[in-house]
Amino acid sequence: MKGSAFLLAATLALFGCTSTTSGQNTNSSSAAQGRAAASAFDPDPFPSTYQRYPGGPTVIQGATIYDGEGGQIDNGMVYFADGEIQAIGQTLDVPEGATVIDGTGLWVTPGIIDIHSHLGNYPSPSVAALSDGNEVTGPNTANVWTEHSVWPQDPGFSRALANGGITTLNILPGSANLFGGRSVTLRNVPSRTMQGMKFPGAPYGLKMACGENPKRVYGGRNQSPSTRMGNIAVARQAWIDAQRYEQQWENYRENGGSRPARNLRDETLAGVMNGDILVHNHCYRADEMANMIDMADEFGYQIASFQHAVEAYKIPDLLREHGICAAMWADWWGFKMEAYDTVFENIPMVHNAGACAIVHSDDENQIQRLNQEAAKALADGRRAGIQISDAEAWQWLSLNPARALGIADETGSLATGKRADVVLWNGDPLSVYSRPQMVWIDGALLYDMNNPALRPISDFELGQPGEGSTR
Amino acid sequence: MKALLIVFAALAYAAPTAAQTVAITGGTVVVGDGSDPMPGGTVVVRDGRIIAAGANVPVPSGAEIVDATGRWVTPGIVGGFTRLGLVEVGAVSSTNDSSADTSEFSAGLDIVPAINPLSAAIATNRTGGVTRAVVAPETANAIFGGQGAVIDLGADMNPIMRPRAFQFVELGERGAARAGGSRSASHATFRNALDQALVYARNPAGYGGQSSDSLLNRVDAAALVPVVQGRIPLIVHVEQARDILNVIALRSDYPQLKIILVGASEGWTVAPQIAAAGIPVIASALNDLPAQFEQLAATQSNIGRMRDAGVQVAIGMIDDNDAHQIRYSAQYAGNLVALNRIPGATGLSWGEAFAAISSWPAEIMGLGSEIGSLRPGRRADIVIWDGDPLELSSNVDVMMIDGVQQPLTSRQTRLRDRYLSIDEQQLPQAYEW
Repeated sequence: MKGSAFLLAATLALFGCTSTTSGQNTNSSSAAQGRAAASAFDPDPFPSTYQRYPGGPTVIQGATIYDGEGGQIDNGMVYFADGEIQAIGQTLDVPEGATVIDGTGLWVTPGIIDIHSHLGNYPSPSVAALSDGNEVTGPNTANVWTEHSVWPQDPGFSRALANGGITTLNILPGSANLFGGRSVTLRNVPSRTMQGMKFPGAPYGLKMACGENPKRVYGGRNQSPSTRMGNIAVARQAWIDAQRYEQQWENYRENGGSRPARNLRDETLAGVMNGDILVHNHCYRADEMANMIDMADEFGYQIASFQHAVEAYKIPDLLREHGICAAMWADWWGFKMEAYDTVFENIPMVHNAGACAIVHSDDENQIQRLNQEAAKALADGRRAGIQISDAEAWQWLSLNPARALGIADETGSLATGKRADVVLWNGDPLSVYSRPQMVWIDGALLYDMNNPALRPISDFELGQPGEGSTR
Repeated sequence: MKALLIVFAALAYAAPTAAQTVAITGGTVVVGDGSDPMPGGTVVVRDGRIIAAGANVPVPSGAEIVDATGRWVTPGIVGGFTRLGLVEVGAVSSTNDSSADTSEFSAGLDIVPAINPLSAAIATNRTGGVTRAVVAPETANAIFGGQGAVIDLGADMNPIMRPRAFQFVELGERGAARAGGSRSASHATFRNALDQALVYARNPAGYGGQSSDSLLNRVDAAALVPVVQGRIPLIVHVEQARDILNVIALRSDYPQLKIILVGASEGWTVAPQIAAAGIPVIASALNDLPAQFEQLAATQSNIGRMRDAGVQVAIGMIDDNDAHQIRYSAQYAGNLVALNRIPGATGLSWGEAFAAISSWPAEIMGLGSEIGSLRPGRRADIVIWDGDPLELSSNVDVMMIDGVQQPLTSRQTRLRDRYLSIDEQQLPQAYEW
């Protein structure tokens, strides 16, 4: 009883947070355009050129369906056409001309969304020439946009699609800096350009970091910050500076006069305070997350997600009350001091407290099996007495990351009218023995386990040893 | 829950009297030798050793019965290649003994004093069903890392099963970097070291070490003598096809070398040559990215394809959370089973996949008669699981090492229990323990 009351409160808080921070696409983009007109600069200078690939009307029948919102339909049907989910239910009328796929013994889920990936900015091969994830030249690099680091030929994108059923992913800058720069949300489609992958209308994110990384990197150079108190001090000063910057622009918009000079760094921070840009905050320890929450309150912005959040299980009440999602690994631990207190039940404990739990990868290998990471966490939770259904847990992989990325009205579940981002699994997707059988993005079939031609091979791999044998 | 308590109670009683015969009955028995699981099997243990395991094993009269109905009974997982027990917190250098960045020694380093049986990693991996591990040093400023050991994960202060079980060397990209910047340099360094070890072996007292331009000090030379003489194995980390063939070719000049390859992402492309050379491979199971240029042909089918070509294989964890997450071994093995249902991919059968994390690594290390399976005479390293041990939903209910029941708690489980319900109305959470 208690759990469901908490869940309801959390859901309301989340939607509250999304409507003020991202505002979803219509509101936020029109608001941004309004401001842009007044500011006389283009808020979208690297626009998405993504267009969905063709896909015919398709019906999957007889499958076990997790709708991504916590619902399950056994022996159910999904119909998608024109790039969108048209209907989902126990029985549907099969439209004339639709391709019908027998899903007996198979599972259908929304495509998995990884909210924390470095595909493209830390690609394979992992060589210095391609390592573009951290602009380690100062603790505040809110001016950089990681989309300019994304190499669309990273072979990792194809593995995430074929093995992982990843249809959307958020590429974040690294965590060396307090303000690492803007993140970018991508459709997982092969493309010659980053713009061809960019999720149309998705809000930008700002990567922030607390804890060991910034203080180690800059302390190691005898620069500030070299301590956790330095981390907070430098960050607060940056917000104060950005407030002043935004006031200058407000004044200009209202009263005219000489146009203030643009500053990309403050522009991003102002975008956060205006609610146009979502904060994704790398933070491990419970006490530090509490500090970041207070800092957000001080400057009037909302944290969309804590990234890694290894100690989220110690403060699920705080996360719930503040409507902040925790994006977590199932079980990473021990690689650094702030990752020493991992519990393998972190994700279910956060979920059980009514807060928003997300499974993330931060890794080019585990992005290929985020479903397995969810399954491990789910099992560990059950072992500890936390009963969560399989279908409910699938929210960790789809709807919850979509919410934290401000794209929940477009993807993240199989709701009618959403993008047809669909995975057909060749068995229970929470089993180690299952893999994606078919993956659709916006209704276009982009991977088919049984069709060798329907598997992307990046330019980098073409003509190399092993090309085509990457299974 | 009731059944679980019965199992615990029975084993808790059995453990102190090791001479007592124990029969674990009714479970699905996995021998670990590559054979299929046997439902309704029996495992008989006495004096810390396996007496018998299988479907039609009679229960000796007077034996203590442990009812494992509905559960799976398997040998403990053997970590095929790990850094387990060498690292508490990776980025806290005072707790990280995996490599020695400024040491004068390399091949002569012995990891035995670096193993901490009370490290959180040992307890945490024990909860994941790991009972033994091959533990290797990392290299630092030389191609040789030193002498590794085989350990058990028992909750006691005697972790070392076989000290100085092997020597570890890097001869791929990392080896080239360690040797000064090229494979020419790493091979020259390697050959010089083995040649000098032979010089040392002929007359240890007269060996000059670095003072006579041999570039190999006495300690390192002495450690390489049993390697060049084939008395202990040499584990060689290579990934690329070219490097694998280069290592195979070393045996024409050093015929006694007992080489074991580790990593070997591109092994499948030269699998017939590896098989013909009779060199076993402790391979990374799921590497499928060109993470480095030496891994362009990486594929999850690597182990299956090598196996099909007749290579002796096992699963290892080199450079993949190898100090903390050996508990991933079962998940990785399960993924190789999953490959069987993907056209074009090559996996392992279930029995083979489990063997790849139990008897196969044990056999590669020359310890197949002691650990890694439930065949008669082996040490009683037994895990009772609540389901298919390769499946993500399964957990360890009971573990024995050498017939002694092990605790399945850790810092991690204690922290979980402290925070399962947060109520600080009377006292802070710190009083919850």
